[in-house]
Amino acid sequence: MSLTDVVFVATALVTILAALAVVSSRNIIHSALFLVLSFLGVAAIYFQLNAGFIGLVQILVYAGAISILLIFAIMLVLDRDTKESNMPDPKGTVIGAIIAGLITALLACSIMASNWSSAAGKLTEDAIGSIAVLLMGDYVIAFEVAAVLLLVAIVGAIILAKGAGDKK
Amino acid sequence: MIGFTHYLLLGTILFGIGIFGVLSKRNAVAVLMSMELMLNAVNINFVAISKYATGEVVGQMFALFVIVVAAAEVAVGLALILAIFRQKKSVNLNDFNLLKW
Repeated sequence: MSLTDVVFVATALVTILAALAVVSSRNIIHSALFLVLSFLGVAAIYFQLNAGFIGLVQILVYAGAISILLIFAIMLVLDRDTKESNMPDPKGTVIGAIIAGLITALLACSIMASNWSSAAGKLTEDAIGSIAVLLMGDYVIAFEVAAVLLLVAIVGAIILAKGAGDKK
Repeated sequence: MIGFTHYLLLGTILFGIGIFGVLSKRNAVAVLMSMELMLNAVNINFVAISKYATGEVVGQMFALFVIVVAAAEVAVGLALILAIFRQKKSVNLNDFNLLKW
């Protein structure tokens, strides 16, 4: 095993274990903190895939913004002791384990059985430049729609959180 | 030797964990967190395909759009949870039966 393989196995293990801790922890604060660890592991995976820009965006947006938003929301809606704030549903756990196991096994089998056309090594090192050209070229409409989507989402979130019709 | 299939399998496992979280948790915020795990799994697939299968950066760009949509989704979802919490004083999904009869 070369060094890159060892690094991949280590980051993949950290990511998967952190994700398992997110869904198995009974304290939702711990879940949120393990989620940050999982996001950072995914960012490390992006770096190994020569996607430095996506990795940085992942750290900024996911590990930075989204996790802070989640922790704030947890703090605002906590209605009981944190030790039992994230209890699993007994019936849902059984159904969830069955469905998740079946879907994972199905997808894994089809991935292993498929013949993938390989184009390894063609990706340029200057990925961020190519992304910029695409975003301002072929995909400029999607880019502008994404900007409008973010604006609408922020306005909607403010209105919902403030309470529509709440004049105080 | 680590290759394309290993990255796809990692994405699959993360997606499965996310599905399990969505179905087994009753706290609405925990369900949102599990959905973030699933979106991350899809993003890993996009970036891995961009490197190994197509050799173009289009996959990375789609991952960027997925991150944008995920950020918007979390903001609106948490605002909805806050609004419902103000009325119901609960974040348990079993109490959210406003549209059921």
